[in-house]
Amino acid sequence: MSKIDLKVNGHAHTLDIEPSTPLLYVLRNDLGLQGPKFGCGLGQCGACTVIVNGAAVRSCILPASSVKAEVTTLEGLAPNGRLHPLQQAWIDEQVPQCGFCQNGQIMTAKAMLDKNPHPTDAQIRETMNGTLCRCMSYYRVQTAIKRAARTLADQSPASQKEVVA
Amino acid sequence: MSVSHGIPKQIEELLVTNRRGFLRNAGLLAVSFGIYGGAGLAEANAQSTASAQGPGPYPDLDFRQIDSWIVIHENNSATFYVGKTDPGQGTGTGFRQLMSDELDIAFDRTTCIMGSTDITVDQVGSGGSTAMERDSWPMRRVAAEARRVLLQMASTRLGVPADRLAVNDAVITVKADPAKHVTYGELLTGKKFNVTLNGNNVNSVTGQAKTKSIPELKYAGHAAHRDDIPGKVDGSTKWAADVKLPGMVHARNVKPPYACAKLTGIDESSVKNLPGFIKVMSKGNYVAVVCEREEQAIRAARQLKTTWEKPSTAPFPASEDLFKYMRAATPVPGATPTVAGGPGAAFAGAAKTIEAEYEIPFQGHTAFAGAHATADPSNGQMTIYSNDMKSYGMRRGVATFLGMPNDRVRVTYMQGPQGFGRTAAEDAACEAAWIASELGRPVRMQWMRDEETAWDTKSPAFLVKMRGALDAQGRLVGYEYNARSCDYNHLGYNEPDTVLIAQLMGQRRARPAAGSAALPSDMYAIPNRRMIGEVVGLPAVWETPLRTGNLRDPNGPQSAFASESFIDEAAAAAKADALEFRVNMIKAGTNDDNGFRRARSLAVLEAAAKKYGWQPRPSPGPRGTGKILTGRGIAYSFRGQTVVAEIAEVEVNRETGHVWAKRLVCAHDCGFVVNPESLRTTVECGTLHGLSRAIHEEVRFDTEKVTSVDWVSHPTLRHADVPEQIDIVLVNGDPNPNRPDLPPYGAGEASLKPMLAAIGNAIHDATGVRIRRVPFRDDRVLAALKAAGV
Repeated sequence: MSKIDLKVNGHAHTLDIEPSTPLLYVLRNDLGLQGPKFGCGLGQCGACTVIVNGAAVRSCILPASSVKAEVTTLEGLAPNGRLHPLQQAWIDEQVPQCGFCQNGQIMTAKAMLDKNPHPTDAQIRETMNGTLCRCMSYYRVQTAIKRAARTLADQSPASQKEVVA
Repeated sequence: MSVSHGIPKQIEELLVTNRRGFLRNAGLLAVSFGIYGGAGLAEANAQSTASAQGPGPYPDLDFRQIDSWIVIHENNSATFYVGKTDPGQGTGTGFRQLMSDELDIAFDRTTCIMGSTDITVDQVGSGGSTAMERDSWPMRRVAAEARRVLLQMASTRLGVPADRLAVNDAVITVKADPAKHVTYGELLTGKKFNVTLNGNNVNSVTGQAKTKSIPELKYAGHAAHRDDIPGKVDGSTKWAADVKLPGMVHARNVKPPYACAKLTGIDESSVKNLPGFIKVMSKGNYVAVVCEREEQAIRAARQLKTTWEKPSTAPFPASEDLFKYMRAATPVPGATPTVAGGPGAAFAGAAKTIEAEYEIPFQGHTAFAGAHATADPSNGQMTIYSNDMKSYGMRRGVATFLGMPNDRVRVTYMQGPQGFGRTAAEDAACEAAWIASELGRPVRMQWMRDEETAWDTKSPAFLVKMRGALDAQGRLVGYEYNARSCDYNHLGYNEPDTVLIAQLMGQRRARPAAGSAALPSDMYAIPNRRMIGEVVGLPAVWETPLRTGNLRDPNGPQSAFASESFIDEAAAAAKADALEFRVNMIKAGTNDDNGFRRARSLAVLEAAAKKYGWQPRPSPGPRGTGKILTGRGIAYSFRGQTVVAEIAEVEVNRETGHVWAKRLVCAHDCGFVVNPESLRTTVECGTLHGLSRAIHEEVRFDTEKVTSVDWVSHPTLRHADVPEQIDIVLVNGDPNPNRPDLPPYGAGEASLKPMLAAIGNAIHDATGVRIRRVPFRDDRVLAALKAAGV
């Protein structure tokens, strides 16, 4: 056991744990953040996805001690209780069936849209391809991503300028 | 009553609103789902001395009491309690729509609690797409009766006969004097209904009131957002996987490395110095490791040294030899053919005879997360937190397995990764319960990915031989369907003697379940038919990862792949259009059943064809010359009274063998649609599940073990596979589509059934090559194309 410092969703934590402990178990069992899920423990399905340094990463295979930057989990997307446009799009499009994978779908999409606000259909398929869903909600996920991208574009300062102009 | 942090919203509502002692035994308050507010382990340990549950017992609820189903709160809202579970198709929202209508209360003033054995009546849970078709009726009748009783109470209170009262949104008003009114909440304050209903069983329970006709429904029949979705996208839903209990420990299984292996030794010294190690639990061939923390249990289970003896004979053939094995195997005796007309004479006099044989491998449940459950043995009770869709069966199964009385066991249903039938969630629950009862501490059990994929229950492999006799006019006049299903010892739900831990501990049922091999589901008027479904078994039926159990319409996708591929082959042999060939065969019949399944079969085929823009021509179409070959395929079937026609348009890459379903159309008729919005998503996902089974899914094994252990070795559909366009057409093909008593039928399973055949038919249309084996993986398709010189 050793002391590990983690910053998650704006909060700093110091934890006394085995350094090799995958981040997933620290988030879920020590910090009570259960948006990220255990799906495979192999980095194959995406259920455990969190965002670190702007990238969607698989917390089930990431040693907690290796994480030096702030971690954002699903719970961190709506810090003031106001849903992120992706989350709202997920409700508007009624995306989930069981919903167990949707943490991974939403967080992977978030990292994608942060880097590429206007992804093409092909880019969405490619970026999302490693994020699995056994209920097969994929078609809705893709539709919801496009809806959220439109919402984000409408909210961005550039687009407001365009409207004014 | 303070709000306990992290408790599911529904449970919280039920605890903080006026429950008037209804839940005095529920004891859910000390359960923390979110864990300890982020304060870390110190606080967690401090809480570990708290008691997790009350002293019980948990007797069955009386389904003949309105109070078991409906609670009206003083603030004029209502909570519905139903013995159902909703694994993600939106049935819970549908129940609220139906019950809100019958009770006459605003939908947004209601909540629905499902499938927890101590607070909801036993309606089994879910399964077979029967939620709306069968199980919505008793709850509707109870809600209608509750409304009638409230009207009587208002009549007394207001001194006005009930027929001079009106109800709107749970407010009862004197029609002639709207200033005089009383709310449901005001009528019931401090009181239960205390009204006894009639009925010998939960399915027949009824009061005096009649349910409403369809035109009277305000919520049912209209789109409603599912109430479970917001929590699933903001992270607030608390899942069965999230349950944390004071003093809880983590368990992981150590599975036998081979099927039917005998445990010969455990070297506990290999793990006893690991941090957090508590105990190795073992009996017979069952082995698990228990640790304080989750990652410690995972490590210890991997590190524990065990020795095993292989069985003297191979438990099963390797997957590449499965169909050869099934062909040669002796079927379980007792199957009898279904015969119509004189098939022998029809074949003897045929202008043309066609034959084909279809192969469908074992396909896995492979739930998205490993099976899991948490068991709490405190206070002499056993509470299981599980996502299994049949909580009541789990209660009985666990009670019997542990030798506890039923009323000392309860199962709290919570959300989980998709439950499509008899999943390993049931195995995990018995394992958690056994370890918890032995250890005296709450236990969280979770299967790892390799266990889940290798050891979950499988959908049975099918081998189907078919023959057809065409007359001189190209009509199918003779038909033979000979199915063999590898399904002996098909596992039932929550059987205390067949759950995996019971098998590994040495329990053996005297007579394993016979299994089944379903016949096709169609309305074709083929005058001479002979159909038989036989079951064969593998050499090993116990302690084997190749165990079969219900997976979403357990035999449907297999039988429909064979039968609807074969109809396509017959159409091609007759040089007829695949749609017209089907329609003509249905029209050739004259009898319909009381659900008008024949008329509705024609309606879905017509609706699918219209949506797709189907142009009549024989298959295959003219083959393209480029790298990508395009084709279309149609297939149709029904599941119960729900009728489905599907059209797939595929692109086949002749250089790689890759198949992409570019467009899918599903025309779906399930009678009265309770919530068109959630039905569309459910049908869409079912259609894609069919696509996944058509192009990806297959369990592989050698002669010792299952070698499909993850998402690479048992692949599933991915984002890149998703069609460019999916059209769901909700058809109502009833001859009187506006009839006020149109019943709702099932949905969920029906849409995946014809898809395997639709894809195979489309591949044939595109390439001229008929592939009679799923899944249509790149290498298989490429080999078939090469063999045919395409």
